[in-house]
Amino acid sequence: MDSAPSAVSPLIALVGNPNCGKTALFNILTGSRQKVANYAGVTVERKEGSLLTPSGLRIRILDLPGAYSLDPLTPDEQVTADVLLGRRAGESRPDFVVCVTDATNLRQNLRLVLSLKRLGLPMVVALNMTDIARRKGIVIDAERLAAELGMPVVETVGVKSAGVKSLLRVLSDKVAPQGQRPEVVWRSLSAAEIEHDQSEVRRILGVIGGDRLDGITFSDRVDALVLHPVLGPLILAVILFLVFQAVFAWAQVPMDAIKQGVTLFGEWVSAVLPASLLKDLLVNGVLAGVGNVLAFLPQIIILFFFILVLEDSGYLPRAAFLLDRVMGAVGLSGRAFIPLLSSFACAIPGIMATRTIQNPRDRLATIMIAPLMTCSARLPIYALIIGAFIPRRTLWGGLEMQGVVLFALYVAGVAGAMGVAFVLKRTGSGSGLQSLMLELPAYHWPNLRNLLLGLWQRVEIFLSRVGTIILALMVILWALSSYPAPPPGATGPAIQYSIAGHLGAWLAVLFKPIGFNWQISIALVPGLAAREVAVGALGTVYALSNTGEDVSGALTPLIAQSWTMATALSLLAWYVFAPQCLSTLATVRRETNSWRYPVIMAAYQFGLAYLGAFITYRAALWLGA
Amino acid sequence: MLNPPAIDIPLSDLPPGAAARVTSVSATNSKAPAEVSRRLAELGFLPGEAVRIVARGMLSRAPIAVRIGTGTFALRLFEAACIRVRPEQPQLP
Repeated sequence: MDSAPSAVSPLIALVGNPNCGKTALFNILTGSRQKVANYAGVTVERKEGSLLTPSGLRIRILDLPGAYSLDPLTPDEQVTADVLLGRRAGESRPDFVVCVTDATNLRQNLRLVLSLKRLGLPMVVALNMTDIARRKGIVIDAERLAAELGMPVVETVGVKSAGVKSLLRVLSDKVAPQGQRPEVVWRSLSAAEIEHDQSEVRRILGVIGGDRLDGITFSDRVDALVLHPVLGPLILAVILFLVFQAVFAWAQVPMDAIKQGVTLFGEWVSAVLPASLLKDLLVNGVLAGVGNVLAFLPQIIILFFFILVLEDSGYLPRAAFLLDRVMGAVGLSGRAFIPLLSSFACAIPGIMATRTIQNPRDRLATIMIAPLMTCSARLPIYALIIGAFIPRRTLWGGLEMQGVVLFALYVAGVAGAMGVAFVLKRTGSGSGLQSLMLELPAYHWPNLRNLLLGLWQRVEIFLSRVGTIILALMVILWALSSYPAPPPGATGPAIQYSIAGHLGAWLAVLFKPIGFNWQISIALVPGLAAREVAVGALGTVYALSNTGEDVSGALTPLIAQSWTMATALSLLAWYVFAPQCLSTLATVRRETNSWRYPVIMAAYQFGLAYLGAFITYRAALWLGA
Repeated sequence: MLNPPAIDIPLSDLPPGAAARVTSVSATNSKAPAEVSRRLAELGFLPGEAVRIVARGMLSRAPIAVRIGTGTFALRLFEAACIRVRPEQPQLP
């Protein structure tokens, strides 16, 4: 078939200032589902897709990280500059550039258009967000703009496909099937040239009728509250607190339903299948393990609902503004805030988002502490232990105690991270002043479609993890916990005589000072691959170590009976710090291009985890827990 | 004279809500990396552009949120100190 994208298909690059809607446009053009949100630096890598123009031409499209200029300061801008200038190894230069602009902020965006024009590549300007501009009363004469710039200008609305048709028409007219690639020469702009470009922008804006400054906008009125020196931090605290309360309060009903379903299914399997190896694997390996992890899906959905709303509304950079003093106090760049906040979802995109930090030392410090932010994979562990040990009790002011403890665990992670950052920055040579220069985008209401799509992607990711890595690890753990079979005449549960049982007994010596029993010690091992596996592993280990009947599903009462409060708190402390995720270490190795940092990271995290758990355990024992 | 003579001040000294125009951008602070003033220019802090302080932080009044043209940026104090501005006279009714 000739419609498959190939190396000879023309290559188009989407370029523009950060947060002008390149990725939203890319998604519509190519039918992709790349992440979009309302802050600068969501896209930090090149993403490729392809489309078929109405004339039947197959075009490859590159979505590039946003850039303020072609003289890159940050690793993500470097990607954009390298691709455009053909300096990226193994990749040909684009044949055509679509410069995406935010119609509400042409004053800034047109300077990049003028810079790109100097490259001499065939170009079209996509005038994006024209709907928002129109609502603000900004009417831009696109034809005049095209005449002034000497290139086609197409009006688009990133989240709707209407304007995309005219863009496609321009692409099929202008993009040659396999054009000549003219040489591109680029040199940095001097300060005088930047100033000259700006007067040119002002002149063009005067001609097209877009030269007006906003008075007090809707965003300004919101910011008057949200960025207020006293009210702002209060609002931030209330928002964060509500999130943690909701994670427990709203999840209870669906969680119980899932647990009930798994239990009923387990009972049905037990009743139908004859006693066999298969039955044992299904009930004790798969259902006890996977079923327990699955029950945390509602909490993960609730957490991501809030994260996505905050990301899409434009609040995140405001939170960075409010907490900038804290970041500065431990020597971090203000830019570190958004990568760190992303790490609450998962450390991997968080570590990749550090590419928006210009100073390599700041970037490294941010990478090193990102895994201490409480990622969503820790939520099942926290929720399991909190559910089993912390009473559901309403404290003063209507606060729910379980939510308060969860909040405290998140705070512990952040405090640990700040401490580590402080030490890291002290031990290195002084790196001068760290930059902020963070754009505060206009607020907008979260897009419902975007929100639902984002939630669905998280559900897909979670379920596919449950169905692949977690399921596989559970089967392996079941096998290791069932073989070798106990010798004849053995009295204890079979697992004690298995490989996993011996390993657990050996590890338990190591973990005894911090209060972990052999069941926990075993569960920590598969939990190294991915944190939430530990919940499933505990389910399997307890299912197999219980000689009685019917244990599938009900892990909470089991651990509530068999652990002391001190052990539970110690395990919570362990999980705040422990490096229980191999993919994170692999990402650190890729982003730093060295084995050194993932090794240092794993070592310091293990050290902190052991220390934290030890102190917690001893303190709890001393207090009589 | 009707108005006092307008003088240039660092953007970091501009009070919240006050409007001004950029007169120059340079890395005055020796500790500020050289690329700071260049990046500020690339963000749009260029002579003649209108600026307004949208908000200031709680302690030591940092960072500051600045409207520049039609965009808004959060700056740390040392960054804002690189930008010199001339306050605009309040409009007479």
